[in-house]
Amino acid sequence: MVTASTLMETRSPAPNLRPTLPAAEAGRPAAPAAPAGQILIDIDHVDFFYGASQALHDINLKVEDKKVTAFIGPSGCGKSTLLRCLNRMNDLIDGTRVARGSIKIRGIDIHRRDVDVIELRKRVGMVFQKSNPFPKSIYENITYGLRLQGVSNKARLDEIVEKSLRGAALWDEVKDRLHASGLGLSGGQQQRLCIARAIAVEPEVILMDEPCSALDPIATAKVEELIHELKTRFTIVIVTHNMQQAARCSDKTAFFYMGRLIEYADTQTIFMNPGNPQTEAYVSGRFG
Amino acid sequence: MSTELSAGHVFQARVTLAQRWEQACFWLFRGATYLVLLCGAVVFLNIFVKGSRTVFQPTAPFINTAFFTESPESLHVFVWQGKKMEMGDREHRAFVAQHPEAAKIKTEDYVYSAGGIFPCIVGTVLLVVGSMTIALVLGVSAAVYLNEYARDGTFIRFVRLAILNLAGVPSIVFGLFGFGMFVLFFDWNVSLIAGWFTLAFMVLPVIITASEESLKAVPKGFREGSLALGATKWQTIRKNVLPYALPGILTSSILGIARVAGETAPIMFTAAYVVRDKLPWDVDKFSDFFFQGVMALPYHIYVVSSKIPQNEYTERVQYGTAFVFLLIVALIATTSIVLRNHLRNRYKW
Ligand SMILES: Nc1ncnc2c1ncn2[C@@H]1O[C@H](COP(=O)(O)OP(=O)(O)OP(=O)(O)O)[C@@H](O)[C@H]1O
Ligand SMILES: [Mg+2]
Repeated sequence: MVTASTLMETRSPAPNLRPTLPAAEAGRPAAPAAPAGQILIDIDHVDFFYGASQALHDINLKVEDKKVTAFIGPSGCGKSTLLRCLNRMNDLIDGTRVARGSIKIRGIDIHRRDVDVIELRKRVGMVFQKSNPFPKSIYENITYGLRLQGVSNKARLDEIVEKSLRGAALWDEVKDRLHASGLGLSGGQQQRLCIARAIAVEPEVILMDEPCSALDPIATAKVEELIHELKTRFTIVIVTHNMQQAARCSDKTAFFYMGRLIEYADTQTIFMNPGNPQTEAYVSGRFG
Repeated sequence: MSTELSAGHVFQARVTLAQRWEQACFWLFRGATYLVLLCGAVVFLNIFVKGSRTVFQPTAPFINTAFFTESPESLHVFVWQGKKMEMGDREHRAFVAQHPEAAKIKTEDYVYSAGGIFPCIVGTVLLVVGSMTIALVLGVSAAVYLNEYARDGTFIRFVRLAILNLAGVPSIVFGLFGFGMFVLFFDWNVSLIAGWFTLAFMVLPVIITASEESLKAVPKGFREGSLALGATKWQTIRKNVLPYALPGILTSSILGIARVAGETAPIMFTAAYVVRDKLPWDVDKFSDFFFQGVMALPYHIYVVSSKIPQNEYTERVQYGTAFVFLLIVALIATTSIVLRNHLRNRYKW
């Protein structure tokens, strides 16, 4: 019950992921209640299937609150799949299912029947690999999520737009053209606009799927800086193919290979002193 | 030295068989294109030249306003004091009232050859607006369901096949269907509403298919981005998919408009009257509006060309009507194109 109340106190309106009994169902022992503020997402023995083909095998991973967790691994190893499990974006694909195990956020199993996936996605925002600003003005892009929640007070919207754009280190570049199309921005600016759009709805977690893969080094550096700043307010999970990026901006790193979690530890450990020869080979660039 | 010159260089032009074929094919394709152009030009010029004799006039205001604003009338032709007179019914009555002796003069009467086609214009516009509204609401809803909600399965594949087949059904069959279903079974009689539904069903396949194409063209990222912000599926569709698909849907409805306005077969049993004195808004109570038949441009052309004896005066009505018809279709199409371009400029990606 501690877990549920922390969830309620952080966000004022509408307690979501409803504060009922933490999952002790399905014959599985409930995960030991984590100390509040420590473990936010608890991925527990998850098997995931696309139709008949299994993409994730027995994933066990705990994401810590207000930390940056990086997912690394060769292409096709299931990083995006796991990331998209966390806000149930995989629900959109026909025939997908979590066949075994559970994913808990603040102790609440996100696949429970009484979990509203809409509320979940408000709490767990996402930034996509291919930046996808909507073909609307910058202002409308940022306010999109808020308007969905029924915020229509102009002053409040203005305030959040400024705050989010500042939060995404974009304010100075776009403050004079808030009502110009978001598509008129450069690639790096577009990606930061998407980050601003995601933080405007004040999620707890931001999932980023290779947010810099289409950006040049300068734009990448800006986004990385941004990630540093954001981690004081948000828990961030980032998928990346860029080893330096993972080393630079994450606190914990998970290495995946062929749908399995090979190693999960502090970023320092993964890069300096990996416990698994496969991890060592991958981070040193010898395969992958 | 000299042998080298006469043999030419490696790139020396030679007439080969392939080049002859190239030339032949080029001219064949070019010729075909010009032939098409020529046919189109002949059709349009024919209607324009003959129609403009009716629609325009040599004296101010240069446009024959009566043709646009009056109902069809019989034409009376008679000789009056050695002069040949051509008068519409109303004009003739007034004339007789003024000159009572004219009543005894024998006149030759030609039905529908005088007056104008105002009721037909009104009827066609009403038919187009009503049926396109129905078709767009039904068609876009179905397309949204098929493209955004439905999971691909046997049933959905069957639905798509049915839609595809519906597109190939001749319009006269739709007319027959509308007659059996709306006119007889629903007991709506020959009425605007029966015509609306018949025409709507006729263009539905076009609208559904094209709407689906336009929905498919909206990048998946917009949907995912919206859903990831906590939008419901319908909020996503309404705010972040449909607005961008609208230009494409409008483009398809332009083709639909031309078909709806032009088809005669579906309305001849369901909505069109040969002649009707009252205008559509001359009704006792509001509900009667939907249950009245109307005159329509294509059906008027059909009636004037096949249901009455042909004479020197009928051509005037036929081509005048055809001309006005083309004008109206062009007008509606232009409006939709302008609207579409406006929307397209607003939402570009
Ligand atoms: N929609 C899908 N349907 C079926 N299989 C899929 C689907 N998406 C991914 N997969 C499969 O699941 C496995 C994991 O894919 P995933 O996209 O998670 O890899 P990834 O680690 O993100 O790779 P990358 O680094 O290239 O993005 C792959 O084998 C892939 O082929
Ligand atoms: Mg991926």
